[in-house]
Order: sequence, then C-alpha cells, then structure tokens
Amino acid sequence: MNHITNLLEIDRLQTVFWNGKEDVVAVQDISFNLKAGETIGIVGESGCGKSVTSLSIMRLLGNNGRIKQGEIRFNGQNIADNSEKELRTLRGKEISMIFQEPMSSLNPVLTIGHQLVEMIQCHTSLTRREAKAYAIEMLHKVGLPHGKNLMNTYPHTLSGGMRQRIMIAMALSCKPKLLIADEPTTALDVTIQAQILELMKVLQQESKAAIMLITHDLGVVAEMADRVVVMYAGQIVESADVFTLFREPKHPYTQGLMASIPSIHGANERLQAIPGTVPSITKMPEGCRFHTRCALATNRCRQEQPELKSVAGEHQVRCWVVEEQTIPLSNIVNSRQQEASVL
Amino acid sequence: MALSPYELDEGSMSAVIPAESVKPETEDAFLKQLFTRFIRHKLAVAGLVITVLLILVALLAPWIAPNDPKEVTGVFSAPPSAEHWLGTDQVGRDVLSRLIYATQISLIVGFVTVALYVTVGTLIGIVSAYFGGWLDMLIMRITDMFMAFPFLMVILVVISILGSNMTTIILVLALFSWPSVARLVRGSVLSIKQLDYINAGVALGLSTPRILFRHIFPNAVGPIIVNATFGIASAIMSEAGLSFLGMGVQPPTASWGNMLTDAQSLTVLTDQPWLWVPPGAMILLTVLAINFVGDGLRDALDTRQ
Repeated sequence: MNHITNLLEIDRLQTVFWNGKEDVVAVQDISFNLKAGETIGIVGESGCGKSVTSLSIMRLLGNNGRIKQGEIRFNGQNIADNSEKELRTLRGKEISMIFQEPMSSLNPVLTIGHQLVEMIQCHTSLTRREAKAYAIEMLHKVGLPHGKNLMNTYPHTLSGGMRQRIMIAMALSCKPKLLIADEPTTALDVTIQAQILELMKVLQQESKAAIMLITHDLGVVAEMADRVVVMYAGQIVESADVFTLFREPKHPYTQGLMASIPSIHGANERLQAIPGTVPSITKMPEGCRFHTRCALATNRCRQEQPELKSVAGEHQVRCWVVEEQTIPLSNIVNSRQQEASVL
Repeated sequence: MALSPYELDEGSMSAVIPAESVKPETEDAFLKQLFTRFIRHKLAVAGLVITVLLILVALLAPWIAPNDPKEVTGVFSAPPSAEHWLGTDQVGRDVLSRLIYATQISLIVGFVTVALYVTVGTLIGIVSAYFGGWLDMLIMRITDMFMAFPFLMVILVVISILGSNMTTIILVLALFSWPSVARLVRGSVLSIKQLDYINAGVALGLSTPRILFRHIFPNAVGPIIVNATFGIASAIMSEAGLSFLGMGVQPPTASWGNMLTDAQSLTVLTDQPWLWVPPGAMILLTVLAINFVGDGLRDALDTRQ
C-alpha cells in the first residue's frame, strides 16, 4: 500500500477502440498496483481484456485504440499521455515485453545476433563489438550456451523454446524494471513451458524486475505469481494474493475457473465448464457482466453494476452476492453445479 | 566481462536449464536456397546469362564496336559484307556498331527508370501503409489518379513539350510507373506490420524509421525485386516504342527503337532486312531474357512451393 514502493500503478484505466462509428470499450475501471520484484498474474478467458491491459501500458494499441480514461503511473509518473518519443525511451529499457508466439515474434529475415545487437545498441552506448559480446553473454544467461554460433543463425532454424529464450534475452538485455509477459508459454509444449517459467523466475531474482504475467493457465499463475487479478469481460472481478485466491475464491467466475481445472486427485469426473461465453464487447449485458452465466444471479445482479469492493485486506471482489454475504457462496455454487451436471 | 551491466553469476547459471543444443545453419543458408531454386528454372538461367552478356556488350561497346556508330563509314544501305557484318543503314553508318551502342541506351533506360520508380514507389508505399489513416487515404487517391491517366497519350504530350531525349524518357516513364510499386509495397507492408515481430520491435523500443527500413522493408523485398525485373523489360519496350514513333531517342544517337523506324518504309521492309531484323531481334531477346529472369526470381522467392 506504500505509495513509494509501487513500481506500476494502474488507476481506473479505460481503453477504447474506434470501430468506425463509435468507441468500443475494451477494458474499463482497471486498477491494480505492482511493486518492484513482484509478480502479478492476470487471468481470464480469451477476449476478457488481459492483453488490451498490457498493450495499454506499452501503448501498442494500433491506430484505432486509445486510452480514454485513467492513469498508468510508472515510477510515480503518469505515462498514459506520454508522447511516442517519450514512450520509446521507456519501451525496451524500463518496460519490456515478451509475446505469446515465439515462432513469429522474431524477424525471419534478420539473424539472431543482428536483432539482439540492435536492441542493445538502441538503449545503451555500447559499441558494436561490446554489444555483441554482451549479446552472447545474455544468450548464455538464458540457457543457450552456444551463443557465438547462434548469433549468425536465422530464427527459422530454431525451436519454439529456443526462440522464446532468445525473446527473453532480448527483453531482459537492458535490465527493465517491468517485464510484461503475454502468455509466454502458451505456444510451447509442457516440458519447455516449465523450463521457460523456471528461467523467468531465476532471472527475476537476479534482476529484481517486476513481472506482469498474462495467462489463462491457472497452473502457471500458481507457479509464478505473488498476486492474481482475475478479469472478466473487460473488468477486474477479483484480485487477491495467490494463496488467498486459490484457497478461498470468492467470485462465482473465479470459482468456476477453479472448478474447470482437471484434478489428478479424486474420482474420474466430468470436467466442470462455465456455461455460455464471454459477452461481446459491443453488447455488454446490463448489471453485473457475469450475470448471464452466473448460477447465483439475483435481480439486483441483472440491474445494477457491482463495484470492486474489498472483502478482507487486499482481497477485492466485484459481486453483489459476495458483498451481501447472505449465504456461504461456495456451497451454493458447488451444489448448483452438481445439479447442473446431474441434469 | 567488465562492460556488462549484469555480472555473470555462476551460482544462478546452474539453476538455468540449458536448451537443447543447436546445429546452426550458415548465415547465407537463405541465399543458397534461393540460388538452388533459381538454378532449377532453366529458362531463367539462360535469361540471366543473356542479360549478363548484354550488360557486358553495353559496358565494352567502345572496344568491341568495329566503327563509330554516328560516323558515315560506307555506302548507303549496303547489304552485310566482310567489312560491315550487318551492312550499313540508309545514311551509310555501320549497323552492327549502332546495334552495340544502342544496347547502352536500352539498358540505361531500363535500369535507371526502374531504380528511380522502385525507390520512390517503395518509399511511398511503406509510409502510406505504416502510418495509415488520412495520409494513406491521400496517397492512395493520388496513385489512383496516376493510374487512371491515359499513359501513352500523356507521355507523348509531355515529350513534345519537354523535348525528347533519354533523360526525359526516363523521367516520364518513372513518373507513370511508381503507383503500381507503391500499391504492391503498401499491400505487403499492411500485412507485415500486423505481425508479432513488428509489435515486438516497437515494444523493445526501436525507432520508427528503423522498424520501417530494417525490419519491414527486408520482408517486402521479394515482390519488389520481381516487379522491378518485369519493370526493366517493360521500360525497354516503352523506350523502343517511343523511339520507333520518333518521340524517343533522337538520331544520330542509336537506339533499337529508332533503328526500327527505317522499317516504316516498304522497300526497307521487303528488300533490306539487315536494317530491321537485328534491332527487332535484340529487343525481343532482351525483353524475353529479362522476363525469364523475373519468372525465375518469382518462383525462387515464393516460399509456398
């Protein structure tokens, strides 16, 4: 809660996209903080606004997107209205990003060495030779010991895991204070996933960088994050530290997410699924955005939009039912879902 | 390494799991692949050989031409003989020498025109696609305007105003050819700029010109090269056509086109084939050769095959 120790503060962020007729709201009322060295997990289904949130920080919103409201404070400075030029000094040096698809996030016609050296020279005053030596060292750091040979190869000759390692090397080469990882392991197979996550952890401890980890994989979150933000339909529905969230998820959506993880313990049951899909951003339901899929929805949920309210310390939930706390929520959800699966 | 912002910590290194080892390919693997694909196209190789020969002929013209192309060295309209291998023209100049010097004109017109308009078209296309919005709109409407002009008529008008010489022809041809390159480049940049590695480049803090010319341009270069190759052939044809009509390169300077002008008279056409068959054959050969090279390049650069 200390103002000074927050590296990143996002305050009531609203990002909109112009569809030719009107502004379509992609995310709204997003607020969370991130301290130096901390890892925050941002979880949610496809299309819930996870990526838009991260792209808003980097301002990679394309020609149609813009931040309409709210502030993004990095090191206490609002960067939401920064010019392209000011942003360029932050991008790569202070805030770096790793993308989902390692297969397509390296330029296919340039060598690995070229891309690394370019990145390093862009943000430091190293000479070409020094930058090269440093690039080889970075490759070594991310577990690619044959850096010298790798420098002259093109991306298509490397595997997905190796490319993601190279992306990490590029992203961390200028010691950024914040690393945004947008589904960094989604496109990799499971064994490589574990390696990459481990690598990110080790390098984080070394560089003290804060990580904003965007994922739909709760396993990855449990492994990596200190705190978790759960997003649904462009809003934060629940945020808590990772232990609290996994032990006592409050929001029906979070509970649904938890229930949909296959378990290796217990009987061989049919997987739980949350019925329905995320509403389209042009046709948001009135009231709580989750009410169309929620087993507990009341009349109030259909009419009034709930606010993100603290239930205990830093544990915040956006739900009328939780706020009213009339019934022990988890029991009802479980029994209703069992009923549904019986039917 | 003292220069490194990071100190290499052996302790933490052991915690990092190394990736599987690499068998690195050589740096020029791409070019090698391109070469093997190109070699497979026999006509393209033949075209390339002929094009190289033509370039040599143009460069070495002063040494290999038996006579001065502008000087009267024999009788009028003499048929081929030991002294004048391809005979003489209606003024008594050596046809072979004129043919050799005309190679210079054709190749200069072909290459310079294309270099000019490909550069301009590429720049305009990249800028238009990358920045988008009203700028893209404006630029594309201007290219539409240029493409809607009756090309040949405007060329004739411009040349009759500015006078006809090689420079004018090059400038006018370039002026009306850049829009097709601009549209081509715009199309490929529009698709390339959506790709992850361009976003990654922006996210890593690279400057806009660097992204445009070091990251996007190399990825769009394939179609540009192919287009340029066909452009050379078509510029050579246009020059020949204009010169044939008397609107191009003016005598006494020799060009294949103005050498053909003689064939406008029926007696030349029927009785003096040495005056028009060689320049006609040269135009045909050059254009075919360059088009085959273009075909070969297109197939070699097309990674879908």
